[in-house]
This record gives sequence, structure tokens and C-alpha cells, in this order.
Amino acid sequence: MPRTSARKPSAARGLMLLVATRKGAFVIRADAARERFRVEGPHFLGHVIHHVVLDPRDGKTMLAAARTGHLGPTVFRSDDFGKSWKEAARPPQFPKATDGAKARAVEHVFWLTPGHASEPGVWFAGTSPQGLFRSDDGGRSWDGVTGFNDHPLYGKWAGGEQDGTPDGPTTHSVLVDPRDARRMYLGLSGGGVFVSDDRGGQWRPLNRGSRADFFPDPLPEYGQDPHCVALHPLRPDRLYQQNHCGIYRLDLPDETWVRIGDNMPGDVGDIGFPIVLHPRDPDTAWVFPMDGSDVWPRVSPGGKPAVYVTRDAGARWKRLDRGLPRAQAWFTVKRQAFCADAFDPVGLYFGTTSGALWASTDEGANWACIVPHLPEIYAVEAAMP
Amino acid sequence: MSRVEVRFAALLHTYTRGARTVRTAGDTLGGVLDALDRRFPGIRFRLVDEQDRLRRHVRVFLNGVDARDMTTALQDGDKLYIVGALSGG
Repeated sequence: MPRTSARKPSAARGLMLLVATRKGAFVIRADAARERFRVEGPHFLGHVIHHVVLDPRDGKTMLAAARTGHLGPTVFRSDDFGKSWKEAARPPQFPKATDGAKARAVEHVFWLTPGHASEPGVWFAGTSPQGLFRSDDGGRSWDGVTGFNDHPLYGKWAGGEQDGTPDGPTTHSVLVDPRDARRMYLGLSGGGVFVSDDRGGQWRPLNRGSRADFFPDPLPEYGQDPHCVALHPLRPDRLYQQNHCGIYRLDLPDETWVRIGDNMPGDVGDIGFPIVLHPRDPDTAWVFPMDGSDVWPRVSPGGKPAVYVTRDAGARWKRLDRGLPRAQAWFTVKRQAFCADAFDPVGLYFGTTSGALWASTDEGANWACIVPHLPEIYAVEAAMP
Repeated sequence: MSRVEVRFAALLHTYTRGARTVRTAGDTLGGVLDALDRRFPGIRFRLVDEQDRLRRHVRVFLNGVDARDMTTALQDGDKLYIVGALSGG
């Protein structure tokens, strides 16, 4: 969860970027001006790391979602900023199947979310295949959230293998309303956006208005593919999502998503993986479009990567590509690999599928590559101890 | 219970605290994995998933023969070799 107090760049000392890659994790430390970045790592070299997150509640606990090579999924915990790691005593796992029940096994832990500020030690994890897990002891042990994992409609919501991502059906974007620990959201790829008002005991779809163009009915109750969902910390009734079929905004209590991606340039489109919100301005969001035409190349459109920003909640979008490659750059940015810090002006950071880490310290106006040759980047989180 | 010898491939040495071979007891493959987990906490879940299926890239050889069923019976003097299959990229 992003911090929302504005800090001047001179106070940026201690800013860390937590980078998860296909071959391990890295901690990138920034100087106070966010001009120099020092790489620490690799941690877990050779392991697939999907997400590394610092607990904003204590400023020191870090969890890493790992698939340990051939040895299956787990979660590691550090309370010394990665100097040492300890594996969860009971990683996320589904219960042993009883006769007649589908035998589910966690293939990888994909997403980590610290719980509500009033509930220290609580964490949530989203997995592939789709599952939601909760820890009450700072990530040492995990239990399934049965209200979701065993929901009578789980099979319909989560679909089958053919409904998932190339890496499998995935639960992501686990969000907790900062006003109320009972209010939660999650995203299923595929399946859609779901909401709970009782800490995950009951769930219902929240997809009206968002499209699923890959179905005969393009506006189903569920079945959509929200690539990334974000909730604004200062206006928690406002959500944004970068979907497989466009960019959307939701302003509760109206539960209809509005396709703000229709206002993107037609030759770029509004397909992508991540969406990032300004920590203080609910009208500002950044996306990283990719080519979703034809067979879905999932690369920067035309080989010309760019970030797009809206400053008016999606009415208009502006291209931000100063400093980025001008041509023949065929990477993209995955759904967890784009983030913002909480400084003023906001720093933005994204990691590419080709292993480069890029930064902007002026809200996207200028970009510089700060680490060029990491493995394929899955996630980037900005953290302040 | 049958006394058996278990040899580990290198990818498991962080879990076995560096041990390459240990002696333990168990009448079945599953029983031996339970015994190993008591000695090396967490190692069982690295080898089999929550449905008691060997992980996709883990192989266990019993006296040189592939063994996948947790109910496989063991005899005194049996030798198990636990490896990670070569795969990836």
C-alpha cells in the first residue's frame, strides 16, 4: 500500500526498489536525490520470484513470493532488508482433496499484499491456480481464505486452464480498503474483479461495464480479464483497472466501470498490463500500453515504448517517452512491474521483460535506464523503510 | 520400521543443511518423507505438493527404479535417491 504523505526528494534517502525477476530478486537503493542507484543481490539466484513487498506498517518486514526452481512454491520472510531470509513454516497450499473434489495444488505464489494498517501481521497472497491465502503472523504461516477458495461459484468464476494467463490462472490485485479492513477486492485473470465486505467471507463480481471481447457475450457478469486493479488510497471509492479489453475507472457507489481508455490515441490503443496511481492525486494515473492487436504480440506498439498519463481521471492522455528508446524496442512491462514512490514530484519506476529497470523522478516527463541487464522483470515495488 | 538410506541432489542441500546422504526409517516412501520433514522442516513440501503428488520436476529413485507413489513399500537396506529433473531455461 503506498504511503500518501508527500516527501521532498531531499528526504528520499532510504528509498528502495524491490525487483522480482525470473531468476531472483534484487534490492535497488537510491541516493537522496534519486540520481544514483545501487544494486544489491541477487537474492534467491535461479529461483523465480514473482513479488517482493516491504510491510509499510513496520517498515522492515519483507516478503518474497518464490517458486524455488524445481521445488515448488513458497514465501520467504526477511526482517533485516534482505540480509537474511527465512522460509514460511507453512506456505500457501490448498487442502488435501477429498473424494470427488478437484485436487488443487499451488503452482506459484503470484501476489503479496500487506493487510490493513489496524491489523499488523496480516498479509494476503494470491496464487496460481487462483487462490487467496491469509497469514496472521507476518507471513510465517498461511491459510486459505475459504470464502473465496471454496466459494460455490469458484469453478465458474475462475474458469479453467484455458481462461488463465500463459503462466496459469492467476489471482492478483488483492486490495484492502484503507478505511475498512473488511472491504476487499481482488482480480482474477481470468474471471474479473470481485469484492468482499466481510474480510473475504463472501464475494461478488464487480464487473459491470468492463468488456470481455473474447466471449460471445462481451459484457458478462464475470469472466473478464483485469490485468491490474488499483484503488486510490485517499479516495478508496475510486478504482482503476488496466484490463485485457481496455482501461477503466470506477467511482463507487456507482458500480459501473467507465472505459477511459477510449480516450487513448487510436493507433496506440488501451491494452497493457500495469496501471499506477498518483499517491496524492486521484485524477492522475499512468499506463504502459502494449500491442494487443491481431495475435497479441504484447510488445511496445510499433517498437516505440511510451508511458501515458492522465491528469483528469481518464478524459485525456498524454504520451511520455522522453529518454525512452525511439525505435526497435520490443519489450513490455508486466502488471506488477510499474510503480510510484510517494515523493514530490513522484518518482516512477518500471522493469521490462528484457530486464531493464527505468526511472523517472519528474512524474514521467523524463526517463533514464538505471539498471540495464537484470533477468526478465516480473515486479517492481518502491519502498521506504 | 525399515531402515533406509536417502541421498539428496544438490538442489536440496540447503534444506538438509549440507547433508548429502542420511539414514532414516519408514515403511513407505511417504513415511520416509514424513521422517525427513521432521528432521529437515519444510523439505516434504518441496518434494510433493499438497495432494501428495511428487512435484513435476522431482524424481525419486528406489534402488535405481523410478518411484512416484507415496504408498510404495520399503525394505531394510533400500536406497532412495531424490533428484531434480533437468529442465528449464
